[in-house]
Amino acid sequence: MSERIPILKMGPFLLVTIQVELHDQLVLTLQDDLTEQVARHRAQGVMIDISALDIVDSFIGRTLAHIASLTRLLGASTVLVGMRPAVAITLVELGLTLPGIRTALNVERGMELLQRLVETDPAAGSPSDAC
Amino acid sequence: MRAEQLPIRSPDDVARVRQAVRSRAQAMGYSVVEQTKLVTAASELARNTLVYGLGGSVEMQELEDGFTQGLQLVFEDQGPGIDDLDQALTDGFTTGGGMGLGLSGSRRLMSEFDIQSTPGAGTRVAVVLWKRAGARR
Repeated sequence: MSERIPILKMGPFLLVTIQVELHDQLVLTLQDDLTEQVARHRAQGVMIDISALDIVDSFIGRTLAHIASLTRLLGASTVLVGMRPAVAITLVELGLTLPGIRTALNVERGMELLQRLVETDPAAGSPSDAC
Repeated sequence: MRAEQLPIRSPDDVARVRQAVRSRAQAMGYSVVEQTKLVTAASELARNTLVYGLGGSVEMQELEDGFTQGLQLVFEDQGPGIDDLDQALTDGFTTGGGMGLGLSGSRRLMSEFDIQSTPGAGTRVAVVLWKRAGARR
C-alpha cells in the first residue's frame, strides 16, 4: 500500500508525472505528499503531467482541483499539462470543467506558464528560498 | 455474444473493471474518444456500486442491433437503494462527499441509460454505448 507517485524538485517548482493507472488511494496520497512538499520546499509552482492518463473521472478530477486549491493557499500555482483530447472531450460531457485549474498543452508550455505566473505574482512563494 | 461478470468489492476491483472495459472496447474497435467515454462511465458507476451500493457486480455484454455494435454494462448492488431517483440524477447532488456527477455525467456519456432502484433492496444501472453513436443522431 506504499505505492507513491514521485515528486521531483526543480528549482522553485515541483514536477509530477503520473505514469501509472490512478487508483483513488494513489491520487489521495499524491494530494497529501504534494501539499506537504510545497510547504517544505516553499515551492512557487507545481506542474502535473497527465499525458499518460487515458481517463480522468470525477474523483480524479475533483482531487486534481483540490490539489490546485491547496497549493494556491500555500502560495504556489498549479498547472496541469498534457491532457489527451479524448479525456478533455469526456470531462466536458461528464460536466467537469475544472474551474480554477490552469492547463497547458505540454510540459514545455507548462513550464513557460509557471515562469510567467511566478514573475507576475509576487505573492507566489518567496524567491529567496529557491535553490 | 459472451457476457462477462466482474465483482466490485474493493477499489482494486474498480480498477479491474476499468481495465476490462478498456480492453473489450479496444477489441470491439471503438474509437479512442468512445473508449474514453466507456471507461470513464464504467469508473463512475463502479465507484457508485462500491461506495453507495456497498459492493456488487458488473456484467459486460456485446450487443448487435443490425446496424452497429454496442457494449452494455449492467451494474448491480444489493445496497440501501436510492429514495429519490430524480434527485440522484441531478448534477451536483451527492450524499457521499463526491461531486454528484457520477450518475448524471455517465448518462450524458452513454447512448442509453437505465436505472432501477428499490430502497432497501438495491440498485441496477444499465448503460449502452453504441459504436459511432454520434453519427446516428
